[in-house]
Amino acid sequence: MKRLCISAVLILMAVMIWTPFQADAQESLTIVWAEWDPANYLQELSKDFTAETGIAVDVVQIPWPNFQDKVFTEFVGKSDLYDIVIGDSQWLGRNSVGGHYIDLTDWINENIDVDSIYGPAMTAFAEYPKGSKKYWALPAEVDAAGYVYRKDLFEDPTEMKNFQAKYGYPLAPPKTYTQLRDIAEFFTRPEQQLYGIATWYSKEYDGITMGFQQVMWSFGGSYGDPNSFKVKGHVNNKDAVKALEFYTDLLKFAPPDAPNYYWQETLNAYISGKVAMGMNYFAFFPGVVNAETNPLSYDKSGFFIAPKGPKGHYISIGGQGMSVSAYSEKQDIAKQYMKWFMQKPVQEKWAKLGGFTPHKEVLQSDTFKKATPFNEAFAASFPYLRDFWAVPEYAELLEVCQTNWNEAITKIKSAKDALNSIARKHEEIFEDAGYYDD
Amino acid sequence: MSDYQLKMAFIMPTMILLILMNIFPLLWSLYLSFHRYKASMPTAPKFIGARNYARLLTDPEIWGYFRTTAYFVILAVTAQFLIGFGLALLLNRQFRAKGFVTTLLLLPMMLSPVVVGLFWRFILASDNAGLLNYFLSPILKSPIGWTTDPKIAMFAVVIVDTWMWSPFMMLIALAGLSAVPKSLYEAADVDRASTWFKFRWITLPLVSPLLLIALLFRTMDAFKMFDIVYVLTREGGPGTVTETVSMNLYKLAFRNFNTGKACAMAYILLIIIVALSNIYVKYLNRVKGEA
Repeated sequence: MKRLCISAVLILMAVMIWTPFQADAQESLTIVWAEWDPANYLQELSKDFTAETGIAVDVVQIPWPNFQDKVFTEFVGKSDLYDIVIGDSQWLGRNSVGGHYIDLTDWINENIDVDSIYGPAMTAFAEYPKGSKKYWALPAEVDAAGYVYRKDLFEDPTEMKNFQAKYGYPLAPPKTYTQLRDIAEFFTRPEQQLYGIATWYSKEYDGITMGFQQVMWSFGGSYGDPNSFKVKGHVNNKDAVKALEFYTDLLKFAPPDAPNYYWQETLNAYISGKVAMGMNYFAFFPGVVNAETNPLSYDKSGFFIAPKGPKGHYISIGGQGMSVSAYSEKQDIAKQYMKWFMQKPVQEKWAKLGGFTPHKEVLQSDTFKKATPFNEAFAASFPYLRDFWAVPEYAELLEVCQTNWNEAITKIKSAKDALNSIARKHEEIFEDAGYYDD
Repeated sequence: MSDYQLKMAFIMPTMILLILMNIFPLLWSLYLSFHRYKASMPTAPKFIGARNYARLLTDPEIWGYFRTTAYFVILAVTAQFLIGFGLALLLNRQFRAKGFVTTLLLLPMMLSPVVVGLFWRFILASDNAGLLNYFLSPILKSPIGWTTDPKIAMFAVVIVDTWMWSPFMMLIALAGLSAVPKSLYEAADVDRASTWFKFRWITLPLVSPLLLIALLFRTMDAFKMFDIVYVLTREGGPGTVTETVSMNLYKLAFRNFNTGKACAMAYILLIIIVALSNIYVKYLNRVKGEA
C-alpha cells in the first residue's frame, strides 16, 4: 500500500512538471494587460491571429490596483513572463529610460503606416520624449474620461420642471462644471438612497489624480512647465486651489463611501441606481449598456463628455500603448502580432468588439460613432485630452498627488496646503532626478 | 570521514542556504542603503554616505508614519491582550462543546489577512450597503464612515486586526492557564483567599511569562502591519491616516523603486523592532526570575 502511495505521488509530480513543457510545445505569445473588458475583447480578437499564424495568444489580466506594481516588479526581475505589455501612457518614460521596453522607432517607421494612426494617440501612447519621434509602443486602446447619466431622471417632466424652477435653466447633460455641480446637488436625496454624482476620489493607483486633474486643468491649474519642470506657481496657483475646493465640495453630492471610489465602485454606484451621474473611462461603459450587468438602467443611460471649466476644457486621457518587453525571448513574434493588430480590417474588428481603436479612419467613421450609445461622446472628447507627467519619475509624482489630494477631500489638509505640499515635493523629486542641473 | 567532517557535511547545506537566503540579502540591502539606487533603472548604485538615513530621519512625514504605526500597535495589541486573555479565562474551565467553541474562536487567525481585509471591507463599507452600517441604521442618523472618516479609519483597522489576532493571545494564555497547578488554588481555597487574590498572586505571575511572549510576537507583527491596511483602507487612507511604516516602505520599494532609500528605511524599522524586542525580553527574564 505504502509503495502504491509513493508511486502515485511520483507519477502526479511527474505530470505536474511535464505539463508546462507540453503547453510550450505550441508557439505562443503572452500579453499582459489590466483586468477589464478591453482585455477580453483582445483575447477574442487574437483568435484570428492564432487562426492565421498558428501562434497561441494569452492575454493575462491583472486587477487595476495591482497592475503597475506587478508589471514593474517583473521588469525589475528581468522576467520573460510577458512578451507584450499594454501599459499606461505615463509608464513610457520609466520603461524606456529603464530599458524595459525595446526601442521600436526604426521598426515602426519601416512596418507601420504612422499616418493612419490618430496623431495625439501616437504622441501620448508611443513617443518618448514627447516630440522626439522616438517610439516605444503602438497605441492599443485609446480612451478618455466621460460621464454616464440617468436619462429617465433627466427627462422626467416633474424633475425638469423642478430643476428649471430652482436653477433657472433647463435640466440637460451639463456643459460646464457649474452646471455639473447644480445637477449633482439637485439629485442628492439621501432619504431616497439617491445621490447626484459618483466620481473618482480613491487613493488607489491613479484614482483621484485621474478624476481631479481634468477639473484642475479646466479651472486654470497645471502640473508645471513641461520644459523647465518648475512646478511652484502652476500646480498650487489660485485656480488649482479653486478647482480642488470645487472637487472637494462635489463630495457632498456623492454617496457616503465616495472617498474610496475608483472605477469599479463608481460603476457599481451607477449600476445599482445610487447616483444620477457617474464619471468613468469610456472603456468601462459597455457594462452600463448591457442588460445582464445593468438591468436597472441599461436602456435609460445617456453619455456626455467631461464638462468645461472657467478657464478651458481638458479631459483626462485613458488607454494604453502596446510595447515589447526587453526581456521577452519572442520579440519577433511580438512585432509580428503588433503589425497584424494595426491593419485596418483588424482595427475595424477591434472597434466592433468594443475596443477603442487608434486607427484614424476607423475612429472617425460613422460606423464607429454609431456602434455604441457612448462612442459619439467618446469621439467628441478627443480634442480635449491631456495626460499626467510621463517622465521616469512619474510613479513618485503620482504618489504625492494621490496622497495629498485624498487628504484634501477628506479635510485632513486644506486645498491650499495640499497643493503647496505637492508643489514642494514634486520639485524635490525633479531636483533629485537632476532636472534642474545645468 | 572524521566526526568533524561528518558534522560539517550535515551543517553546511543549511549554512549555505542560510547565507544565500538570509545573510547575503541582509548585507546587500545594508550596502544599498548607503547608495542612490533605483532597481528599475539600469544605472549602478552611487555611494552617497548616510544621506538616505539623514533624509528619512529629518522628513516629518516619515515620523508621521512611525507615529501612526505606534498608535496602531498600542491600540491593537492592548485590545488583543485584553480580549484574548479574557477569552482564555472564560475557556479555562470544563463545559460542554469546549473543544468546538475553542476551535471556532481560533478560526479568524487561520485566515489569510488579505481575505480578512476584503470581507471586512464589505462589512465596514461606509454607506448603508456596509453590513455593520446596515444593522446600525435604525439607531444612526447617517452611516459611519468606517474607512473614509479620518477620525474613525484607524479604529476600523484596529477592530479588524483585533478580530483576527485576539485568538492568538487567547491560545497562548490558555496554554499558560492550563499549566497552573490545581494544588495552588486548592491551598488558596483552604486559606479562604478571594478570587481577586488568587488571580493576582497565583494566576497572573504563573501565566505572565507566556503572556509576555505572546505580547512580543504580536508587537513585532503589528509593527509590520501591511496587508489589512493595503486592502481595507486602500493603501493607508484616508490621506495617510492609516498609512503604516510598512505600507510606506512598500510604496518606496516597489512602486517608486527608490531602492536605496527603501533599504535605509527597512534598517531603521529593523533597529526599532530589535530595540522593542530587547525591552520585552529583558522584562520577560525579570518576570521569569520573580516567578
